Amino acid sequence: MNTMSSSGKRGFSVRRLVLGAMGAGLLALTAPAARAQAPAAAPAPAPAPAAGGGSNMIETIRNRGTLICGVSTGLAGFSAPDSQGRWSGFDVDYCRAVAIAIFGTDQNRVRFVATTPQARFTALQSGELDMLARNTTWTLSRDTSLGLDFPATSFYDGQGFMVKRSLGVTSARQLDGATICVQPGTTTEQNLSDWARSNRVTIRPVVIERQEDNVAAYIAGRCDAYTTDASGLAGVRSTQQNPNDHIILPEIISKEPLGPLVRHGDQRFADLVRWVHFGLLAAEEFGITAANVEQAATADQRPEVGRMLGRGGDLGQMLGVDNRWLVNVVKILGNYGEVFSRNLTPLGLQRGPNALWTTPGGLQYAPPFR
Amino acid sequence: MSDTAIDPRYAAKPPKRPLRLSWSDERFRGIVWQVLVLAVVATIFWWLWSNTVHNLEVRRIASGWGFLSREAGLPIAESLIPYDPTNTYLRALAVGLTNTLKVAIIGIILATLLGTLLGVLRLSPNWLVSKLVGGYVEVVRDLPLLLQLLFWYAMLQGLPGPRQAINPATGVFLSNRGLKLPWFEWLPAHSWALLVCVIGIVATLIWRRAALARQMADGQPRKVWPVALLLCVGAPLVVWATQGAPFTPDIPFLRGFNFQGGLTVSPEFFALLTGLTLYTAGFICEIVRAGIQAVHQGQWEAAGALGLPRGQVMRLVVLPQALRVIIPPMTSQFLNLTKNSSLAVAIGYQDIVSIANTTLNQTGQAIEGIAAIMVVYLSISLSISLFMNWYNARIALVER
Repeated sequence: MNTMSSSGKRGFSVRRLVLGAMGAGLLALTAPAARAQAPAAAPAPAPAPAAGGGSNMIETIRNRGTLICGVSTGLAGFSAPDSQGRWSGFDVDYCRAVAIAIFGTDQNRVRFVATTPQARFTALQSGELDMLARNTTWTLSRDTSLGLDFPATSFYDGQGFMVKRSLGVTSARQLDGATICVQPGTTTEQNLSDWARSNRVTIRPVVIERQEDNVAAYIAGRCDAYTTDASGLAGVRSTQQNPNDHIILPEIISKEPLGPLVRHGDQRFADLVRWVHFGLLAAEEFGITAANVEQAATADQRPEVGRMLGRGGDLGQMLGVDNRWLVNVVKILGNYGEVFSRNLTPLGLQRGPNALWTTPGGLQYAPPFR
Repeated sequence: MSDTAIDPRYAAKPPKRPLRLSWSDERFRGIVWQVLVLAVVATIFWWLWSNTVHNLEVRRIASGWGFLSREAGLPIAESLIPYDPTNTYLRALAVGLTNTLKVAIIGIILATLLGTLLGVLRLSPNWLVSKLVGGYVEVVRDLPLLLQLLFWYAMLQGLPGPRQAINPATGVFLSNRGLKLPWFEWLPAHSWALLVCVIGIVATLIWRRAALARQMADGQPRKVWPVALLLCVGAPLVVWATQGAPFTPDIPFLRGFNFQGGLTVSPEFFALLTGLTLYTAGFICEIVRAGIQAVHQGQWEAAGALGLPRGQVMRLVVLPQALRVIIPPMTSQFLNLTKNSSLAVAIGYQDIVSIANTTLNQTGQAIEGIAAIMVVYLSISLSISLFMNWYNARIALVER
């Protein structure tokens, strides 16, 4: 008699149960694998302080033949599968770049795993993923209490508000008393209440789990404003029937440095992910693009370009990969600017703080390659 | 009354046979198997537990309950207890718990009333009424609850905005921001009056019991309603008056984006309550119908022969007997309603699951967060079960 009631709630409760299963189950069940791996691992140059990932990740990935990379379940511009199931996006390109650095010229040696905001950390902690590239904000508590590391900031974002043009609001300060739609389980929710407190603005939150339902509630008029990262707002706005009916308010109320994550334990892998990001930046800074990288690798006379592209020195070997790693990455994916304009410019996003440091207001800066 | 005679032959215990340590002894075999099964189960749990602890340590994942006293910083839309984002996670979780309890308790009461009414109507001799109720039951039972919740929520979002709110009476506004009702400023005097009212209800019940006992003794029926009126209405009024009879009306009015003041029934709460109530009432309707039909036709005829009208036959003869069949499956429905309330996240009502999810995401302490949800649902469910089992035992058929 009760079969309907249980199947009726399956859609959601299962998703929530996944959390429990991830949290308790994975941690409970994966220990033997971790223990078994430890003796088989290659002798590390220096004993890693945190055990568990004491193995050489780059070697493990190379032996396995694929990099396992966690991405979002679908966010336009960052990671979304197309109708053939092929993933593309800004975060996806970071996964591919690391895979190319490890495997050479093959960009398809990545297995993408879609993760929800709630499940993402556990999936990485438990060893199910090698790395996570899932527009995740770098915060102190996430850096310290999760057993994870943020090697780099690939995208500087900030939280903003979107309102209907008909509301006549031009500044977030005018939102006193407004009802605001926000997605739970992210830093967005806390930023909103922090901002309201420091600006003495009273807001009423409407907290809906799925992003689509959240946007629908905003469109239907349940909320006066919708808040999320500015990049997300641009994506949502661009998919509306009439994008001009909505405006994104000028205030950015938080710092959202987004970047890839790796597990504590193998600093060499963290170094590689960090320098893949810097490599993309440096390539843009030196004007090296997908089109001219081969020619630059042989003919460019600037010493730093020579070191970067593996003509002189052995910077690649120091990272544990081939010396021509950056040539391979840039040849397939392009430099940081090319990755950005391929994935994010179509959403209407400006470079803004993600411009190189040589541009006024730009924050993206790579340390020297030497 | 309770002198149920037991045949002394049955009361005597069978002679005890000594336990032989042999595989041919049935009792010995039984004990060996039970010990083995217990050992396997205990080993599995120990293994899971030690692996978890080992993994947490290896991965340097913080664990423990220290996060409960940290500042939560998360905004919560509706709360029965005072809350603001500077409070701790513990308080935020307490708000989630009260929100879950609020929707579960009101939902159980409304679903029971509606379901019982529908169950009786389903058996109505009126063809149209019984078919209509039958159609209702089929529709709500056969559609997934999540779909129904999203339907109700979408319906409420279709209401006009606050500036075009429907205003059927002074101070009453219906818009896509919810239902606004006039209310008054709640002061300690009101809390005292409410407390006295609750005590009055309990006292009335005790009085009614005593009155019934005396009626059993001398056959004189005694009126309960004057006592009820005095204890439940008169006494609270007196308490309220002695404290100065404070009353400041709080009428909602439109200012800026939204209504200020008054009492709010949010669309999220209303959609969740409506969805849960209508859905569960469909099941309860069928349980009540089955319970009534399980009462033998002869009971109807016998009560009719005594000259009782149909309504009294139902109320005094049939329903009390039907309850014995109704209560056990009803317990399951109450438990289902409570657990189904966790679908609230889909429509933005901040129940315990929603807040615990956010908490575990912000603190990274998944195991503790899930444990908190489990403890809450387990406690609520066990309380409902205990209460219903007690009630079931109370109304069980008493052999005389």
